[in-house]
Amino acid sequence: MAMDRYAWPGKALSRIPFGIFTDPEVYGEEQTRVFRGRTWSYLCLEAEIAEPGDFRTIFVGDTSVVVNRAKDGSLHAFINRCAHRGAIVRREMYGNAPDHVCVYHQWCFDQTGKLAGVPFKRGVKGRGGFPREAMNEDIRLTPLRVQSYRGAIFGTFAQDMVPLEEYLDPQFTAHLDRLLSRPLRILGYQRQRIRGNWKLYSENVRDPYHGGLLHLFQVTFGIYRNTQRGGTRISAQKGHNISYSVQGTDQEDARTAHAGVGTYREGFSLQYPELLAYRDEFRDGCGLSIMSVFPNAVFHQIGNSLATRQIRPKGPNEFELFWTYYGYQDDSEEMIEHRLDQANLAGPAGLVSMEDGEAIELVHRSIAAGSDRHSFVAMGADEPIETSDILVSEIPIRGFWTQYTSIMGIRTGDAP
Amino acid sequence: MNIEAYIRVLDLYARYARAIDDGRFQDWLDLFADECSYCVVPLENTRQALQLPIIRCRTRAMLSDRIVSLQQANIYNIHSDRHLISNVQLIRESPDRIEAEADFAIYQTDQEGESRLFGVGRYRTELVGPLQDLRIRAQHVTLDTASVPTLMATPL
Repeated sequence: MAMDRYAWPGKALSRIPFGIFTDPEVYGEEQTRVFRGRTWSYLCLEAEIAEPGDFRTIFVGDTSVVVNRAKDGSLHAFINRCAHRGAIVRREMYGNAPDHVCVYHQWCFDQTGKLAGVPFKRGVKGRGGFPREAMNEDIRLTPLRVQSYRGAIFGTFAQDMVPLEEYLDPQFTAHLDRLLSRPLRILGYQRQRIRGNWKLYSENVRDPYHGGLLHLFQVTFGIYRNTQRGGTRISAQKGHNISYSVQGTDQEDARTAHAGVGTYREGFSLQYPELLAYRDEFRDGCGLSIMSVFPNAVFHQIGNSLATRQIRPKGPNEFELFWTYYGYQDDSEEMIEHRLDQANLAGPAGLVSMEDGEAIELVHRSIAAGSDRHSFVAMGADEPIETSDILVSEIPIRGFWTQYTSIMGIRTGDAP
Repeated sequence: MNIEAYIRVLDLYARYARAIDDGRFQDWLDLFADECSYCVVPLENTRQALQLPIIRCRTRAMLSDRIVSLQQANIYNIHSDRHLISNVQLIRESPDRIEAEADFAIYQTDQEGESRLFGVGRYRTELVGPLQDLRIRAQHVTLDTASVPTLMATPL
């Protein structure tokens, strides 16, 4: 097996073999075991398919999936591959339709993915039609089991998976309760194509250590506040993570808070510091939270910028990040404007975080020539993989590898 | 069509491209009026009547912050840009205001000497001032290439 090629020395997953990021066979195995296996993947938001008949085509791993709201309001998801000869059925990224017709031979599927019509099913003059034994078969687009938590739709190919809430873990459903408690208003999309392995990104969003070191926007403009406290929460299966920080307990407004406290470099200041103003809309002082759900989702809150990110692998050496930004239906127009301003902070041109695209490509380019070597997930390697208030930490990365190696059936050194 | 206006707009687009491609971002900023805006919106959002931008600078202060951030704070892929701007068209002309559109393609070249297409799209540009000294009042960039390769640091 491809996975057995690599050694996982060191304790508790602090040494990750580089080959696991670049090996095409490992990639193929991941599609089966991780994305089409025993996980719940994030599909899209209910607000994106609000009306009966609305659909979106998204990706689970590298599998194209249609998410559809049927006439009765129920949610369905199925592989976007014709049950006939395998063509992509739904070519559009979004829309509203009573059914899905494959353009190749006009096979027609209903909003639940079930075959509803075949041209010339009985042939011509009784000859050349549908085979008799298939007449009563349940032919359909391959379904995913679908569940929504507070309007975030997840799907799984494992029909006997534990319920979504159990998979998510109480700390994480509580965080979704916080983010998704009001009806959503979709603001739009951003996408980014990064030439690196998707797991390098999974590590990146579980790595609070790099925040103040790679991303120098806040540091340069004196926004970084040493009063910040925070931590990381880790799920029972270890793969989900929330990294968060809380503003100082003082109640000064964001403008004064951001006007030079803890300035690190002299001479640089923002002409428009209001861009970073945080309106404490969740009334808990938490202005930054990055929640990642194994294997393909991130829910971010960067100030008042709120978005989901779907990680879409495109082969071992590339992935797309698909961001869905949202606000709330009861937002004032002024709040919407503020959220649109803060779209500047993250995404492909994010002032705060654009560097991630470069960092991931720097790693991926260099490890291709070192598949027998290891990365050293050093910071906090002596600590247990669990929820903690350490912000300078790489512990959640080892959480990702715990769930990954378990689901991939990889035997590791003296890992838990 | 006012031929002089057209040539002035062509010249402004050329200076715009050269300033970015040569890394002269202050010169680029100086092409904008005191009251100005610059934003980049993916075409796929516009088509869905969604406003979400990739970059949104509603004021010169915000635009200036982005340039200072680019020069002092952000870390991005080492590359050079090459803008190709074509199909320039004047949409509206009045004595002190011109609206123009143009299509662009931007190639990025890395240190290995490899060039790749970074993105294509359309500018909708509102220009103010006398013809001899046109300034950009609003630059609205519609980006066809919604899936941004690697990251977007330098302006489009």
